[in-house]
Amino acid sequence: MSSDLSDLYQEVVLEHSKRPRNYRVVEGHDHQAAGYNPLCGDQLSVTMKMDGDVIRDIGFQGQGCAISKASASLMTAAVKDKTRAEAEALFERVHKLVTEGPEGVDMDALGKLAVLSGVSEFPARVKCASLAWHTLRAALEGRGEAVSTE
Amino acid sequence: MSGFDVRKVRADFPILHQEVRGRPLVYLDSAATAQKPQAVIDAIVRFYQHDNANVHRGVHVLSERATEAYEGARETVRRFINARDAKEIIFVRGTTEAINLVAQTYGRKHIGAGDEILITHIEHHANIVPWRMLCEQTGAVLKVIPVDERGELQLDAVDALMTERTRILAVTHVSNALGTVTPVKELTRRAHAKGIPVLVDGAQAVTHFPVDVQDLGCDFYAFSGHKMFGPTGIGVLYGRMERLEPLPPYQGGGDMILSVTMEKVTYNRVPHRFEAGTPDLAGAVGLAAAIRYLEALGMDAVAAHDQQLLAYATKALESVPGLRIIGQAREKSAVLSFLLDDIHPHDVGTILDREGICIRTGHHCAQPVMQYFKVPATSRASLALYNTTEDVDALVRGLHKVLEVFK
Repeated sequence: MSSDLSDLYQEVVLEHSKRPRNYRVVEGHDHQAAGYNPLCGDQLSVTMKMDGDVIRDIGFQGQGCAISKASASLMTAAVKDKTRAEAEALFERVHKLVTEGPEGVDMDALGKLAVLSGVSEFPARVKCASLAWHTLRAALEGRGEAVSTE
Repeated sequence: MSGFDVRKVRADFPILHQEVRGRPLVYLDSAATAQKPQAVIDAIVRFYQHDNANVHRGVHVLSERATEAYEGARETVRRFINARDAKEIIFVRGTTEAINLVAQTYGRKHIGAGDEILITHIEHHANIVPWRMLCEQTGAVLKVIPVDERGELQLDAVDALMTERTRILAVTHVSNALGTVTPVKELTRRAHAKGIPVLVDGAQAVTHFPVDVQDLGCDFYAFSGHKMFGPTGIGVLYGRMERLEPLPPYQGGGDMILSVTMEKVTYNRVPHRFEAGTPDLAGAVGLAAAIRYLEALGMDAVAAHDQQLLAYATKALESVPGLRIIGQAREKSAVLSFLLDDIHPHDVGTILDREGICIRTGHHCAQPVMQYFKVPATSRASLALYNTTEDVDALVRGLHKVLEVFK
């Protein structure tokens, strides 16, 4: 595999896409949103249970490519038990990482999400990686309507 | 193959001779847009270098030349699809605009609340959305001819779907997502028996085999320049004169009028009534050059190459483990839509791209087709006259690489 391809499809990405974490509807969820990428038809839904300002439980379901599934899976694992503000901050970091690359991003703060760094070399795939995150933000903001990457 | 030398054809297309991602380019996305031969590029350059002026207006020599080139292009299109009269050829931006034109002129005039518009389940969005919009504007109802698991139209259902309220049948000639060639002539015969006019979306057909609108008998035929090796931004609506003549104008502006006062406008005759404003002159000239290029090769030879390559590619793809071809119509054009294991088409597309192979992944602007086959998207390799068995072999090697990444 060429090096940028292996950056994109790192072991962790493939593993999360094959066995996504938290792939379910959260029972008794009080926040939810749907995300849609009209260009490729990818769609996913995020359900959450909040405890005050803290995300106590989060799940996702939907269809998409390996990158969008892995990103959603990693996202749910990363924001669980985080506050709204912490999740927002993570969103900003991930967004910078997938659009601009790792330079200037606090990689330690990203933890496992650092595996998404290869995406920045593939501009056509940025939306795949960010769909779950846009949907998370919509769920946090309590926006009922589906968010779109367009 | 006798009479068709694909090596020579490839030499006519400068864009094909380059490396991308460090590999020789393999272009398998011609159903989205086809590449342009040097003859087309030259014709456009020549027009701008020597003849450019506005048409139908000037008294000077350049305007005469431009008018001659533009109206000459109309005649070239007429010959290519065997229309009776060059006046039946309307230049538009592309297939999409052609269909919108019919929906908003013929449709607005003849289709009202409770009337039915019949399309098929394998249309791409350009032959769905304009009709959907017309339904919203008029209260008409959209009816759909179903498809079977092979990707063929269920002809048994057609007669029952053509009712006394059906005002038009709009059907693709070749499905962009599946490659299915539809029995347009037979459908037109059945529709006309019930007095229903027929519009054919020929965007994917005119590049692959000879099209004769008189033989098909259809009322309207729409296609785009860019898919047939011509420029973008130019396309054609063919309409039988007796259908076009009574239609109101589409867009208003220069050239579509005979006289204008502040009180009254007298509209121009067909086809100029439908060509408001300065048309895409260089586009028309480029389209005519593309047609002359195809005519020189011979559409029968092009069709034979297409079918040979399709047969080769079908067999080659079927040899890839876990690959499933979506759309196995008995009459098919050179489009191969497929799924590879449970690997998402976007991942397939990205990995192939790194091998220098361009295919299309997604819903191909034909979401209802995807819904029928219960897939979110497919990978699509579409072949054209410049593609070779080596291109197909490269695709197969690339797909093995995809499997390797996802093993």
